[in-house]
Formats: sequence, structure tokens, C-alpha cells
Amino acid sequence: MPTSAAEVVFDKATKLYPGRPEPAVDDLSLTVPAGEICVLVGPSGSGKTTALKLVNRLIYLTEGEIRIDGTKIYDLDVTELRRSIGYVIQQVGLFPHMTVEANVGTVPRLLGWPKQRIRERSAELLELVGLDPAQDGARYPAQLSGGQQQRVGLARALAANPPLMLMDEPFGAIDPIVRARLQDEFLRLQQELRKTVLFVTHDIDEAIKIGDRIAIFRQGGKLAQYDTPEAILRRPIDDFVAEFVGADRALKALALRTLGELELGPPRDGPRATKDTTLRDALALLIDEHADIVAVTDADGAVVGSVTRDDLLQ
Amino acid sequence: MSVVFAGDPVIPNFGQGSACERNNGWFCTDWLHAHWGDTLQPALVQHIELSLIAIGIGLAIASALALVGFRYRLLDAPIGVLADFLYTIPSLALFQLLVPFTGLTVTTVEIALVSYTLLILYRNMIAGLDAVPADTLEAARGTGLTRVQTFTRVELPLALPTIIAGLRIATVSTVSIATVAAFVIPQGLGRPIFIALDQNIFKTEILASGLLVIALALFADALLVLGQRLLTPWTRVA
Repeated sequence: MPTSAAEVVFDKATKLYPGRPEPAVDDLSLTVPAGEICVLVGPSGSGKTTALKLVNRLIYLTEGEIRIDGTKIYDLDVTELRRSIGYVIQQVGLFPHMTVEANVGTVPRLLGWPKQRIRERSAELLELVGLDPAQDGARYPAQLSGGQQQRVGLARALAANPPLMLMDEPFGAIDPIVRARLQDEFLRLQQELRKTVLFVTHDIDEAIKIGDRIAIFRQGGKLAQYDTPEAILRRPIDDFVAEFVGADRALKALALRTLGELELGPPRDGPRATKDTTLRDALALLIDEHADIVAVTDADGAVVGSVTRDDLLQ
Repeated sequence: MSVVFAGDPVIPNFGQGSACERNNGWFCTDWLHAHWGDTLQPALVQHIELSLIAIGIGLAIASALALVGFRYRLLDAPIGVLADFLYTIPSLALFQLLVPFTGLTVTTVEIALVSYTLLILYRNMIAGLDAVPADTLEAARGTGLTRVQTFTRVELPLALPTIIAGLRIATVSTVSIATVAAFVIPQGLGRPIFIALDQNIFKTEILASGLLVIALALFADALLVLGQRLLTPWTRVA
């Protein structure tokens, strides 16, 4: 499968609704580099979903412009634009009267692909998202669990290999355990596909986990801060962002790095943790064990070094 | 009041038939054998014709109205009220009202029959189209379906169960109301009933014709159920 990704630029994008003095999106400028996941996060009414829907023109842009790979979106035909963007929504919105396979083949059918190629593509994608093409492909959406439906929604969005994906709280209606698994699988997929992804959530933890970059919105459709998760956690730009990311932001920042990323001290005795343990989990281990030093092991369990409590907290 | 219906009265050999017929029995099988071919079967065929034409035209008109009412929502209420109005006129009264204009013709009958289908068909079409979930529509738009594609590929198929439900009611009621057509023209299963009423209320003929109307209605309904099962396989899962 060829990989492709597009750069998305919001350039002073503003959305005004008639009769409402406050803009829904206010003078938004940000650039999402090709192949990165940008999470739009903020409280309700902060304009994050509006900003997302401006991109595929489900909502009409009032001022400013949005460019995808340098092309202004209003220079494109609207249906062509939408067919070139994968769109995943919280309620999934699968077509209840179509089989799973037909759902996944929606955009390829619109694009006039030959039948055989659509079938192959559907099967390939169902497998990619962890479903069984032979068995699940012939089913109707009502026969699937919520998590499975969202996998189909993701497969449908990926069908025509779009360079850009818009995801509007895709895992919001799914129970926490399945959500965590879908997040992990989505990140694994992204390793492979390297799409540009705009991802809306109201859950800051999801944003930190998923995002290469996070755009935090505040009331009135204003962008409060746009940065990497680490930078936002360590250097929130103001009280609003600090409060939004949470009082435990220092701990959240620890969860972003693993022991393997630290410079390890010489092997020493202590409770053991593998290299891919997050700093947060390592700290929890020290607290649990009333210890000051973690013995870091490789995947085989051999101690390869150590980390002190001070190292962790630096 | 002996000529409420037009055409030649086909008088069964009342008074000359079997003992059952002479005693006006409830269900004289020998009469049925003797008159299936000259009375009941032609009436049944005419009844089917009258009903099919009415439902066909009703479906076409209601579809056109529904397209307009769905696209231009302001027109939905006026169209609905018009259909309501037509539906509430009693059928005998409507036939009487139409006769001065269209005479004792099939046209008169069909105009009345079609009028009664419109309300149910139109309302169910609009209700079915309206019931398509908002998230499905958003996904359709976001996926790049045009307005027309959204209608033909998403809204219409999803509205089908409701539309067919309306069609079933309209069909059964049309088959039933078509009996009254004999008031205007000598056709349909109403005709043997009217004749029998006029002849000392010959029970066998009334009963047989009535049962045929019921059987036809049930058969048509069963066909539509079968059609729906074939057309909307997704409604039978989970």
C-alpha cells in the first residue's frame, strides 16, 4: 500500500454563525505537518469539532483559509475533497443497510473502482483493523459490537488511502478497556500508514497518548496552546492550559517517557522493571516497594542498568 | 331503489336452484360451483385490476409529493393536510361528488381509490425519510456522497421498511374500499354483493364475495411482506 500524507494549514480560519457575536472558531492558525497526529482538545463549546468540520467543508468557513498540501480547500470540488479525506465520527455512522464489506467499499465505489479491486481492498482493510473479512464482511453493522463497528468505521475511512484523516471523538462512545485497545491499535496502524490525522477529543489523557502535537482550545474557539504533549505538560502557557491538563501534569509527563530513554546508571540492586516501562510506572514501583533505585532489565530479564528516584524526577 | 348500479343485472337463478339456494342457506357450495366462472371469478379479476391501478397511481403521486415535501419542508404540512382532507371524505360521498364530473366510470372509482391511498403512502414516506439517523447522514456527506447519492443510496433504502409498511396499509384498505366501486360501475367483488343484497339478501353470494375480498387483501399483504424481506435483508438481523 502506498503511503501518503498531506500537510494541513489553518490560516486565520474563522467561523462565525449569523446572530452570534462570538465566533465558533476564532482566527485559528496552525500547521499540521504531513504524517503527524494533531489532537484538537478542549472543553465543550471550544470549537474543536467545528474546526475539524471546516476541513471537509461540512461547516462553511467564514474567513481565512485552510490549505491541504498547499491547495485551498475552496478551490476543490467539495465531493472530491471529501472523498480524499477519511472521516470517522463518534457515532460511527455506518450504513445500517449495507454489509460491513459494502460499508468499507463506500468511497472506492464512489470513485468507480472495479468490483474485484473493491472486494480485495475491503478484505485487506478489515484484516488491517483486526476483523475477519470472510466472517465479518458479510454481516450488517447491527450484528457487531460498538468496538467492532468503530473498527469498520476506521476501515471505511481508510478505504481510498486518503492522505488526511479527520477523526471526531472516534473512541468516545466505547467502554474504557476497549477504548484503550483501539487507541493502541490505532497508534500501531499509524506507525505503518503515516497519515496526517486531525483527531478531536475532550479527554486530555487520550490527547497525550495519541497526539504528536496537541492543540488546546478554550471557550470562544480560541487556540490556547499548540505544542508537543511533553511541552504542554511541562510548560503550560497559562493557567487555563495548566488547569485543563490537570494538577497531575507532572505525572502525565512522566508517562510519556520510558526507562530506556534515560541514561542508565551501573547495574544495581532494586525492584526490577524492563526498559519499556514508563517513568510514571517506575516511580509507582519505587513508592510501592519503598525503594530508591530501579534495576532496569532488558526484555530477557537481565539487569542492564539502574535509575535512581532523582533520575526519574528530573 | 332497484337501480343503484349500472349495467345488466346478472340475476342468479334464484328460486330455481338447489334446496340450499331456495332456503337462502349460508354457504351453498353448488351455487359456488355453478357461478364461480360467470360471477365470482370475473369480479375477482376486476377487483384486482381496480386495486392495482389505484395503488400504482397512488404510489406514483405519493412519491412525487414526498419528493417535493421532503425537499421543500415548508410544503410538507400543506401536502399532509390535503391528503388528510381527501382521506376523511367518506367513500360513498366522494363517489357521489365525483359522478357529476366524471360520470359512472372507472375514472370516478380510481380517483376515489387513489385519494384514499395518498395520506398513508405520503405520511409513511416522509416519516421513513425523516427517521434516517443523523450520524448516518453526516457520515454520508463526510464520505463524499452527493445530495442525490445520499438520497438514492442511503435515505431511500433506509426508509423502505416504513414506506412498505404504508404500502401494506394502503393496499389492504384499497382492496377493501374497491368493493364500494360497484356503487358506480358494475365491476369488482362489490357487484355480486350489491346484487345479492337486492335479491332478498342472498347470503351465499355475499359471504363468498366478502371472503374473496378478505383473501385478496391478505394475499396482497403477504406478497408485500415477502417483498420487504427480499428488499430489506438488514432489518432481519440481530
